[in-house]
Amino acid sequence: MAKKQIVIDPVTRIEGHAKITIQLDDEGVVEDAHFHVTQLRGFEKFCEGRPFREMPSLMARICGICPVSHLMASAKACDALMAVKIPPVGAKLRVVMNLAQITQSHALSFFHLSSPDFLLGLDSDPATRNIFGMIEKYPDLARDGIRLRKCGQEIIAILGGKKIHPAWVVPGGVSEPLDEERRDKIVAMLPEALEIILRTLDWFKASLKNYEEEIATFANFPTLFMGIVGEGGLLHHYDGKLRIVDSARNIIKDGIEAHEYRKYIGEAVEPWSYLKSPYFKPLGYPEGIYRVGPLARLNIINRIGTPKADDEWLEFRKLDRHAVMSSFHYHYARLIEILYAVERMNEILHDEDILSTHVRAYAAPNCEVGVGMSEAPRGTLMHEYHIDKHGLMKSANLIIATGHNNLAMNRGVLQVAKHYVKGKELKEGMLNRVEAVIRAYDPCLSCSTHATGQMPLHVQLVDRRGTILSELKRN
Amino acid sequence: MSKVRVATVWLDGCSGCHMSFLDQDERLIELAGLVEVVHSPIVDPKEFPENVDVAIVEGAVSSEEDLHKIRVIRERSKILVSLGDCAVTSNVPAMRNPFKVADILKRAYGEMADHNAGTGPSEVVPPLLKRARPLHEVVHVDVFVPGCPPSADAIYYVLSELLAGRTPTPAELTRFGA
Ligand code: SF4
Repeated sequence: MAKKQIVIDPVTRIEGHAKITIQLDDEGVVEDAHFHVTQLRGFEKFCEGRPFREMPSLMARICGICPVSHLMASAKACDALMAVKIPPVGAKLRVVMNLAQITQSHALSFFHLSSPDFLLGLDSDPATRNIFGMIEKYPDLARDGIRLRKCGQEIIAILGGKKIHPAWVVPGGVSEPLDEERRDKIVAMLPEALEIILRTLDWFKASLKNYEEEIATFANFPTLFMGIVGEGGLLHHYDGKLRIVDSARNIIKDGIEAHEYRKYIGEAVEPWSYLKSPYFKPLGYPEGIYRVGPLARLNIINRIGTPKADDEWLEFRKLDRHAVMSSFHYHYARLIEILYAVERMNEILHDEDILSTHVRAYAAPNCEVGVGMSEAPRGTLMHEYHIDKHGLMKSANLIIATGHNNLAMNRGVLQVAKHYVKGKELKEGMLNRVEAVIRAYDPCLSCSTHATGQMPLHVQLVDRRGTILSELKRN
Repeated sequence: MSKVRVATVWLDGCSGCHMSFLDQDERLIELAGLVEVVHSPIVDPKEFPENVDVAIVEGAVSSEEDLHKIRVIRERSKILVSLGDCAVTSNVPAMRNPFKVADILKRAYGEMADHNAGTGPSEVVPPLLKRARPLHEVVHVDVFVPGCPPSADAIYYVLSELLAGRTPTPAELTRFGA
């Protein structure tokens, strides 16, 4: 039987190095599809022998898109190693930086990477289907995206001294308190961000009717959903415990603490990807498939906790009777989270004690194992560190947001490929849809490859004897 | 005047250097009028094209695929910019150099795995090189821009100088670890 394979390499407008392969049978019908992550960096090994206090700065270098998330999870793991409770204002300041990063990272995913698909069209010319094409055709929208991302990045720089890889988050808290001048500067930036996100939500919601086919097929299937929830089941990206719900929004497991994660999360290895596939242990592999990230977070919470975002959430919930199932709605969920982030930063920065100078606790290492957990833009992040009695690292285990979604991304690629790819007549737009389902998850492959590259999109249908039956190149 | 053909490439880095490129913010709008980004993780064309005027490369050379790519990039580009400490010194990626590749794989896929634990992936994925290396060890580099990452201002300065036909000297704006 002639087996054929389509390779999309690299997947573009995502953050990282990946390819997709699609296997076809001799009729050109899609049989199977895989999403491969092609780089490994070795953080879990090369941290060995280094002082644990270096970890936040080092681990931030896992990823330049969400360095702050790694700072948070890493610093929390270090707090656990020292067994300290960090001063409340130190924690609040960490939360503000984390929300600033949610804002910039979600803006990047939505505007810079995915909006060309929405506005220029999934079938538009690939040569201009990007942020520069947007600047030309929709300058106001492109500017909105650039301004919104800039707002998040500037808040990070105002707090931490630098937009990317700030050194301000440290074991025990943060290294410098906030002063009035800088606080006022941040607060003054928020109204514009609020306006941008509200008008973006308006046009995006109005455009959803154009994507009914994509919504129905973009990884639209039941899975579990997982994430951190704060007190009272409110949305929280920094503090809280893990909750897992099923597709009917029944709570399967609640109140899981960071140090218990291994009881519930297993990691599977597949020979064709550097990215491992975590699964919910009680259901086994691969039945324990679950999703994390903005969509999952909006599916697991009781409510959001800020007024405007709560209104949007109630509307969002109406999309499905139970959990919102289509991964296309990651985009929508991302916008609602930006709205929440802007509202919440404003609230925290108006807290009376926010300028307190007591922002850091000091201690020697007191425990041999520390686990830190936080919600990155793309989902739950877990850092587990083991140290010796001198505080030198013995090993680390990292489960990153994109990893949790690996099983669901693979299944999503298959679903979209089956629906859109008809092997006998390949069209660029079909393959762009296969990539777009991956884009909806906004995978962060620098993170997932803490654990490489670009080659042409070059699709060949080859029969068993190696004769090329059909060929498609994207140049 | 025809636009200058610019490519940006991401090898073994954290993408922070690319994010710093995007941190040029509104200056991107100005740039869009002067340059055509012909290849980059943020645009769709998959193949590294011929006749690139400026190739900006982030990250070290760590896998066989990286090695192949950087050679193709060099061949097809007039000016090659080594962007950020990972490209210039191999920085963070080089931290794995004292360890054997097999041990790195064993940690991730043997010790830290519950299902199919073993020696690690081997199909489709490119093998890692023994050592992560800086770009200039493998190909000729024209402009070095250190920093982790170099600031958006430094990147903007380098691009503006190149667009004006001058050789940038970014030492005042950025340094190792900046
Ligand atoms: S130089 Fe720094 S910012 Fe750039 S890729 Fe390397 S670690 Fe990331």
